[in-house]
This record gives sequence, structure tokens and C-alpha cells, in this order.
Amino acid sequence: MMLRRFPLALMPLLLVIGACSATDADTLTIYSGRNKDIVAPLFDQFTAETGIRLEVRYADSVDLAATLREEGANSPADVFFSVDPASLGAVAEAGLLQPLPTDILGLVPARFSDRDGYWVGTSGRGRSVVYDSSRVEPADLPTDLNGFLDPDWQGRLAIAPTNGSFVASIAAMILLDGEDATRTWLNGIAANRPATYPKNSVIVAAVNDGESEVGLVNHYYLLQLQAQQGDTAAAGHFLSSGAGSLVMPAGAGILASSNHAESAARFIEFLLSESAQRFFVEQTFEYPLVEGIDPHPALPPLADLAPPSLDLSDLASVLDLATDLIAEAGLL
Amino acid sequence: MSNRSPAAHPPPGATGGRAPLWTWAVAVAVLVPSAVPFLSLVLRVGGEGAEAIDVLWSGRTAQLIANTLALVAAVTLSGAVIGIGTAWLTTRTDLRHRRAWSVVAALPLVIPSYVIALALRSAFGPRGLLADLTGIGFATVSGFPGAWLALTIATYPFVYLVASASMRRMGRSQEEAARGLGAGRWRVFRTVILPHLRPSLGAGILLAALYTLSDFGAVSLMRYDAFTRVVYAQYAGRLDRTTASVLAVVLVGLAVVLLILEQRSRGRASYHSSTPESPPPPVPLTRWGRFGAHLGLGSLAIVSLALPIGVLIAWLVQGGGAPVPWGAVAGSVVAASLAALAAGLAAIPVSVLVVRHRSRATAWVERMSYALFALPHITVALGVVFFASRWLGGLYQSLTLLVLVYASIFFAQALAAGRAALLQVDPHLEEASRGLGRGSLDTMARVTVPLVWRGLAAGALLVFLTTMKELPATLLLRPTGFDTLAVGIWSAADNLLYARAAAPALLLVAVSAVPAYLLATRSHER
Repeated sequence: MMLRRFPLALMPLLLVIGACSATDADTLTIYSGRNKDIVAPLFDQFTAETGIRLEVRYADSVDLAATLREEGANSPADVFFSVDPASLGAVAEAGLLQPLPTDILGLVPARFSDRDGYWVGTSGRGRSVVYDSSRVEPADLPTDLNGFLDPDWQGRLAIAPTNGSFVASIAAMILLDGEDATRTWLNGIAANRPATYPKNSVIVAAVNDGESEVGLVNHYYLLQLQAQQGDTAAAGHFLSSGAGSLVMPAGAGILASSNHAESAARFIEFLLSESAQRFFVEQTFEYPLVEGIDPHPALPPLADLAPPSLDLSDLASVLDLATDLIAEAGLL
Repeated sequence: MSNRSPAAHPPPGATGGRAPLWTWAVAVAVLVPSAVPFLSLVLRVGGEGAEAIDVLWSGRTAQLIANTLALVAAVTLSGAVIGIGTAWLTTRTDLRHRRAWSVVAALPLVIPSYVIALALRSAFGPRGLLADLTGIGFATVSGFPGAWLALTIATYPFVYLVASASMRRMGRSQEEAARGLGAGRWRVFRTVILPHLRPSLGAGILLAALYTLSDFGAVSLMRYDAFTRVVYAQYAGRLDRTTASVLAVVLVGLAVVLLILEQRSRGRASYHSSTPESPPPPVPLTRWGRFGAHLGLGSLAIVSLALPIGVLIAWLVQGGGAPVPWGAVAGSVVAASLAALAAGLAAIPVSVLVVRHRSRATAWVERMSYALFALPHITVALGVVFFASRWLGGLYQSLTLLVLVYASIFFAQALAAGRAALLQVDPHLEEASRGLGRGSLDTMARVTVPLVWRGLAAGALLVFLTTMKELPATLLLRPTGFDTLAVGIWSAADNLLYARAAAPALLLVAVSAVPAYLLATRSHER
């Protein structure tokens, strides 16, 4: 009778259902290295405006870059939206991104995009320090990253070694100071036994909770926390030179294997539109990259951050080395 | 597991003869989704050659082995002490409310290890929950002490259940003989009771050790560098995934060692009482003994049950507006139901294969299913990711693949239940059906299933439970946009967003409690 055959029929049915992915013409698959809490409202806004549904995979940028490289041409992703240029460049170097339309690239100053046009910057962020104002005096904070090698900082520091922004700052250190100096710095930091966290937002929360005294993060997380909670025990400090004062954009690129290149281009255009750039200014406290939009008044002007001068497109070439050095130092 | 009966007596329940081919096909199909990718992981590492050897011999790997073994040893020791002590108090003394304490002692099984870890982390700390309530700044619970505490709480119930079952079965004659010869109470415990417990206890302790070795959730939340945490960090944090693969294989090596030890301890002859004896009289506790027992059991209950649940409720109240993630609830329930269904259905032909047509080959089927169950899930998942992204195009990142992997990893539970149920059925019934001309599938459906479905349902229920709580494989294999309660809880806790973890965690505990209660009452009925 039918019932007997039912279990046998079920299995192939499951296979068929599973194998048919939702390749709806109106669905884009985004691999987002950006935090879900930060960008989900923006994605919803895009869907509301254009009717294009978004399927988003949230994970660390380096994780996504590695996954994209493993998936190769089989990847279901259409857009890679990353927190740092190094992981974008790594995917571009593997030949997995397609060149962006020139009108999109033209919206943003050239130094914030890929040299060869494979990815474009969407918002600017500076590396900075967050500290517990109840336990640390601002005057005690060093002016550059080497200051944290001092044994005084033992057990007081927090880092996020798997986070794309941290890895990019290490890649920058390699380009600026050389491989040996970077190795020395990483080993010195490891000797100070820092607490390791998965993300920058967690470091800021941890410093605010008193779990750590000082953390290396991106500038905007503290402002987001303060917007939610008002006064915080945590406070922010910008370093004045070296890789610790790096300014780098979050960015996006379109996968060469994507079947929805047009919708993907619309998505990236949306990220550079006035409403999205204002979102980055007002909701996430980042720096806008498109001309004519002012940054948040609470932030120092971008020019004051004195970032080291290097070509962001070069970061990708040392990304592998950067993660190797981080792992060698035992931080990973 | 293996019944080493002499050749003259056939194994119980066996009918001999050749098994129908299709039952072998089902057995292979169920084991393949986790076995094949796992093999491909090992091959991949083998293919890396010199680079793999570099990682293997590095100081960091040696450090990881030391870290992990230290944690396993510490948790096993404390888990054993607490488990055996609690078992003795609740089965062999005249403690009041023994029944209630015995239920309470087993309850922490319902709370996943990562929920215990998140409760410990968020309760303590200079600005944690307890600090807010009492004004006292506690030290942060994390690292080795944190992982040790969380995992001890999570694993002592395994030892407790095994020890108390064993102690209940003991007859009085040996103890009375020892007492008669003048041995004091402690001596009796050491020389009569403990050796009697050793075979089954060995299995229980090794189970706790394997659980600790494989645990990902608690270890990662406590930020302790044991193998599982570092394998995931290497996987997620580096472009080159060689190190992750190599470390995963080393982890598997450690697990295999524990597995072999566990098989050996089970196979050893056990002590029977051949005639049923009445249990020994309960040991009377002195006033101080009673006080100490109540204090100990009470503190255990507070730390292992009241604290986690209380912390979750406190965060729920404090969080106020954190919405219940219904998407995650749906995801968990759907995935767990499908996995339980698949495992339960597959268990029917495979238990027939293993019980009715017992042979050396079928013993390997059982061993494989148990090995895949015991091996750390993060290593199986890693293998599946590598294998599927390269060779399985359409299935990669699909719900189907996830469900197949779940069913494959947890199949041992369904098989054990199916086996136990089938052993109770007289094989002559099936023979009669075959004799009347019905095929094997027909016989299975019309004769076997109606007789064993209750036992199978219990096995499927267990698979449902363990799948709901599963974390590392889900983390690595879930389809884009697919959420489960376990992943939601862990991500929130990892990001220190405790208020967001509270509702899903309480939901998960509540959902786990119902089947656990059903299973517990079933076993009491027997």
C-alpha cells in the first residue's frame, strides 16, 4: 500500500527539494563580513526600495574570503561585502571578482577603491583604541602600537585576531614596517597575554563591562554603544602614527560567477547612494566616502586622523602572510 | 556491545542467513554522509605533506595537546568524584528525599554546555549580573577554570547515571562478606564497591572524557584554547585552511584513542550476581553526615541548575524587548524533526541487519556508527565543507545535506534503540511471515515495525533532542539565512549580547526537558 512506499519516496524528494536552491530572479546572495546588527536595516531598506530579496550569509571577512576561494566558480554568492580591503583583494587576486562599472567606481575617490576596479569602498573607518576610563588615564595611552609592547600592559589588552580589520592592520604593518618588525610586534603582544575576542563590538562591550582595560578596535563601535547606552565607562582614543592609525574602507565587489550581475551592481550603487551614505554617518558613525556628504559632528575630520600612506590594493598581497604571523605568535 | 558468547550458542535474536541486500544499502547510505567527508579530510591532510608535518611538530600543537588533555583530565576527575559521590548518596544511604535528589542530580543533562558557560560568564565578572545585584565585584570566570566548571556540570550526570544504575544492581552478599571479615566502611567502598563499578563506570567516565574533548560551545565561550576552539578559529580566521585540517586530524586521533579505551572497558567481563539478591541495607548517615550531604547536594543543584536558569530568567527580564527568534525556532524544529525521521526510518532495516543477520561485517557497521557519533562534530563538519564545496555543487550549503549529516552523526542513538527493541521481539514471528511468502520489506513493515515502533520512537526522540542542541556542525554547514536556536544562542553569547541569548536558551532548555522527561519516565517504567 502507499504508506509502505512513503518512507522510500521521501528520501529522493528531500534531495530534490534541497538541491533546488532558491534561484529566484529577484534574489541576491550576499556574503557579508559586516556585522548583522549594523547592516541588516540597510539591507531591508534596499529590498523595500527595489523589491530585490537578499539572502545574506554573515561571517568574518577572512572566513568569507577563504570560503569564496574554496568555492571557486561554484560559489552561490553574488556580492562580497567586506569590512576590509585585504580580504576583498584576496578574492580579486584569485580571479573571482568581475570589474565594476566605471560609473560606480567614479562615485568614490580612487584611493578608497581597488586599483584595477574590482572592488569599491563604501564607508571609511579608522583603527583606534577603546579604554576603560575608570581604570586607565588617557595620558598613559601610547601614541602608536609599539607602546603596547610595554610589560605594563600585561593582561590588560584585548584584541580580535580573527577579525578582518585587525588582520588588515597587521597587513598594513607588514607593508609599512616589514615582516620582521611585524613578527616582533606580534610576539611582544602575545607575551603580554591579551584577551582575544571574536569581534570589535565585543571588545568594546567587554571594556565597558570591565572585563578588559584596553582594546584595539575600529573607531565607530564605541559611538554605537554610546548611542544605545548614553554614558559609558569606555572611552575612545586615536593613535597618531603607524599601522594603528590606519584608515580603511569597507567595500564590496561582484563575483565573476554571479548570474545576477545587474542586480548586484544596483546593490552596490545603493550602498553609495545618499540615503545609504547618510545611514553610515548617522547610524553606524562611519566616514562617508561619496563627495558632498559630511561626517558625523562627533568625529574628527578624516584628514586629522593622519593615516599612514599606502596603497590599499597592496594589502591583499600580504594577507596570507599576516594571518600566518598572527597564528605563529599563538594568537590564533 | 559485542557479545563474546561461545560458538555453540547463536547470538540472541539472530536468525542467521544472508541479509537482504537493500538493508546493507541503507546502512551504507546512512554512514556515508559523515564517513566519506571525514576520509577526504584525512586524505587532504595527507596530501599537504611537508606543510602538514610542520604544523604537527610545532610548539603550538604541543601546547594545544597539553591544554586539551589537561582539561579532559580535570573534568573527568571532578565529574567522576561528583558523579560517584552523588550516586552513592542517593542509592546507598538513608538520606531523606533520595528520589527527589536523584532526579535533580540528572537534570543538568537538559542544559547544553554552552548555555551553562554563558550563564557562568554573564553572572560573574566585575560588572556582571551578580555584581549588579549585590554590589560585590566578582572575578571573571573564564579560561581554564571557567571551561572546567562548565564542563564538569555538563558531564557529571553521565557518570552519575551509570554509577547509580550500577550501584542499584549490586547485591548484598559481597559487602556483607567483607563487613563480616571486619572491613570498615571506607575499606568496603574502596575494595568491594568501586571494583564492582569499574567496568560500567569506566565507560561512563570515558563518555564524559569524549564529550569534553569534542565540546565546542563551552570551550569557545570561555575563550580557552582547546583543540575545538582553535580548529574553528583557524578555519574562520585564515585564508589557508591547512592548519585547521591538520589540527582537526590530531583531534580525531585523540578521540580515537579514547574510543579504543572505551571499547576495551566495555568488553571486559563484568561482575554479575547470578541470582537476584536483595539490595544491601542503606548506610545510616550521622547527623553531620546528613548535614554535609544536604549541603553538598544543595550546592550542586544551585550551581548546576538554579544558577543557569536563574541567570537566563534575569537576562530575559532585564532585556525586556528582545524578541523571540521564531525563525530560529522553526529552523531548529524542522532540522531536528527531519533528522530524527531519517535516522528513525533508517534504523529499522539496519537494526534488522545487525540483530537478525549478525556477523563480523555487521559488527563493523555498529562500530562505525558509534565512532561517527563519538568523533568531534567539528571535524566531521570540516570534512563535509571541504568535500561538498568541491564535489557536491547543488547540495552544498543545503538543508538536505545538513539533515543527512545530522542523521548520520546521531544514527548510533537510533540504532541502539532499534536494536534493544528488536531483541525483545521473537524472531519466529518474522520467520513465519517470510515463510508465508512475504518479502523482507513487507515483513519489516507489517510485522517488525508494529512491534518495535515504541522503542524506535524513543531513539528518534533522542536524535531530535541531540540535534536541537548541536552546535559546531550547524555553524559550519547551515544554509545561508538558516538559523537554529543553538547557533543563535552561541552567537549572542559570543558577542556578549546575553539579553538576546536568554529567550532562545530558555526555549531550548524547555523543549529539551519534555523529551528528556518522557525518556526518563519510560526507563523507570521498565
